[in-house]
Amino acid sequence: MALPNKALGELKAVKDPEVEEREVDILIVGGGMAACGAAFEVKKWAPDKKVLMVDKAALERSGAVAMGLSAINTYLQDNTPEDYVRMVRNDLMGIVREDLIYDLGYHIDDSVHLFEEWGLPIWKMSDDGKKLDGKKGLKVGTLKSGAKPVRTGKWQIMINGESYKRIVAEAAKLAIGDENVLERVFIVKLLLDANEENRVAGAVGFSVRENKVFIIKCNTCLIACGGAVNIYQPRSVGEGKGRCWYPVWNAGSTYTMGMEIGAELSMMENRFTPSRYKDGYGPVGAWFLLFKAKTLNGLGEGYVGSDVAKAELEKYAPYGTAAITPTCLRNHLMLVEMKEGRGPIMMDTITALKELGGSVSKKELKALESEAWENFLDMTCGQANLWCGTNTEPEKKNSEIMPTEPYLLGSHSGCCGFWTSGPDFDWVPEAYKIRYKDKVYNRMTTVNGLFTAGDGVGCSGHKFSSGSHAEGRICAKTMARFVRDNADFTPTLKETAQELVDIIYKPVRTFLEHCDYTTAIDINPNYLKPDGMTYRLMKATHEYGAGTATFYTTNNTSLEMVMEKLEMMREDCEKLAAGDVHELMRCWEIWHRIWTVESHLRHIQFRKETRYPGFYYQTDYPSQDDENWFCFTNSKFDPKAGTWEMFKKDYIKIIPD
Amino acid sequence: MPSFVIAEKCDGCKGGDKTACMYICPNDLMVLEPNEMKAYNQEPDQCWECFSCVKICPTQAIEVRGYADFVPLGSSVIPMLGTEDIMWTCKFRNGVIKRFKFPIRTTPEGAANAYLDLVGKDLDSEVLSTEEADGYQLPTPETV
Repeated sequence: MALPNKALGELKAVKDPEVEEREVDILIVGGGMAACGAAFEVKKWAPDKKVLMVDKAALERSGAVAMGLSAINTYLQDNTPEDYVRMVRNDLMGIVREDLIYDLGYHIDDSVHLFEEWGLPIWKMSDDGKKLDGKKGLKVGTLKSGAKPVRTGKWQIMINGESYKRIVAEAAKLAIGDENVLERVFIVKLLLDANEENRVAGAVGFSVRENKVFIIKCNTCLIACGGAVNIYQPRSVGEGKGRCWYPVWNAGSTYTMGMEIGAELSMMENRFTPSRYKDGYGPVGAWFLLFKAKTLNGLGEGYVGSDVAKAELEKYAPYGTAAITPTCLRNHLMLVEMKEGRGPIMMDTITALKELGGSVSKKELKALESEAWENFLDMTCGQANLWCGTNTEPEKKNSEIMPTEPYLLGSHSGCCGFWTSGPDFDWVPEAYKIRYKDKVYNRMTTVNGLFTAGDGVGCSGHKFSSGSHAEGRICAKTMARFVRDNADFTPTLKETAQELVDIIYKPVRTFLEHCDYTTAIDINPNYLKPDGMTYRLMKATHEYGAGTATFYTTNNTSLEMVMEKLEMMREDCEKLAAGDVHELMRCWEIWHRIWTVESHLRHIQFRKETRYPGFYYQTDYPSQDDENWFCFTNSKFDPKAGTWEMFKKDYIKIIPD
Repeated sequence: MPSFVIAEKCDGCKGGDKTACMYICPNDLMVLEPNEMKAYNQEPDQCWECFSCVKICPTQAIEVRGYADFVPLGSSVIPMLGTEDIMWTCKFRNGVIKRFKFPIRTTPEGAANAYLDLVGKDLDSEVLSTEEADGYQLPTPETV
């Protein structure tokens, strides 16, 4: 339950907040699709256990699906989990955890069927081959009963998804019980057990609605707080920097919280720089797949099939020459054009709609226009307004597309995240299993009792909304098993409540101690407000860490320089200052962002090749080097020693070509 | 495109149990100015334009103005969220108006089946609760 809201004047932070201590068996941190999946599933397997879900926002509209979605990007139906593995493997340039992908593949459809049962409108094909929206489509039956969805490509299905998250959140809240959901509480640190090495024992955070610190002990914990956004300077630097492609509130909390207690990360060098409609960042998928639009370079040429493009793709065979070009290489082709002076890149919406419209009735043409607009209005309302503001009717005016600033995530077309256990089947290689007291726990990180899902799980992208939900459900069941198997565990924290409050409220204390020193509250030599630190982080990554400033290129020297800057940023974070609880949230978010970016850049530094051209280029090692780097790159921060360790892990092929 | 609150229309949700926009904003941006009892967006440059506040406002006091960085003035995109559908009115800078209506859900609000009575049987298997109830058998891959 969220607390009643309080007005701004009542939200000033105080030196000594209240403390609320709780103890639960299963703690779910996060509120997006993965966390909602866990919340739906957990009571089915642990009906008598104490469970708690903690979301920093309101469940109804939190996470990446808050605004809605116009498609479910992964629904298998007639495709096999083996096909799913092959698709993900090729898109992510060969190095993926096939056990995790296969294991998710056979669960995804069950979540999609639940969404439809809960009320999500899913487009259907009528018996005579016409598209029906999610309401009209009800008459041809449900997906579960065998009705055909409207496919846009092999994996995606179209939905009327404005209320997607509200529907999924409703089921999650009903299933776990409203009394077991804490909203507007931001968990910022995980806590290790005092008596047992490498064992999670709790989490600590604070309310953004009152001055209160929450200390929650647990037997097992799921972290599913999304990916990382606003870690690189966005292309829009004024008001528009809120219009990032992934949700602006994703602060890398998942990665940092796990990393700080020693959970092993994998493939953190992988990033996603989606090509989207410029500035508004509206989706392009439906335009390519549903409307069959093509991209043109500045000379009006369809560059994708050009000799230059073919030659580029051949450099990256077999991925580049596969039937479906990997996402990073599609970016790469676009960047080649732009760097050669053949930009800007345009989506040829005029020709696409003309060709589609040529064979259909006026009514169908109207429906087509509506579909084009819904694609934006369901998930990127601001792109619709950009079209309105620039008088863009797609049948009359083409729109520019452009690769965005970098994002870190593990659920979309990227694969950074934690190294987690696969399921305990004979076909899963031993090296992919993580054991605790001789038992394998699917999706457990290398910290005992700590699980993750969605953006948190590395090496297995292309889960999207449905896969993240299903993965959260997998975690919930495994955590129920973990709690049953470890019922005698009593979580014991190393820190006292007072010590934890001192850590969490440090930015408030710093502010209160020094704020009277100057006449302008934001400028003070004794502290730094979080927005200042955010700009510092973005500038450094933008210029040295393969941001848009350098067309996503970096090299050894730049990486060394940015590392030095990051070290000073972490030192200066000791002087972050927060005058109210909202600002305290921003202080902890920037802490999470800095650590996440550091791991990203350490991984880029370690992997001495360019595995993902189009996402980033290490110009000291501009090619792929399969001989030395066809492997996972993992890292581990040692919380005791305060040191990083970087190492390789073998890739094991499970599914044949 | 940051959200903005029309002063005349905002009543601070005085009559409700919560300030709706403040309750819903995923990024904690909407706040209530306690003296005037009017809401405002406290960090417009952190607004994702998700329209959650616009859709939930009981007095239709919240709209969105395109990001100053790249959206020319004069347009508007205004939703009207119902229980089954959403209506959109999209006004172009040049005055063109387009209206769209899309379904949002096919069940009554609050009616999502959470399978409250479903209790899983085999905690040691890898099947999920509703899969188990359906008798779903997990496949085994063809391996190399």
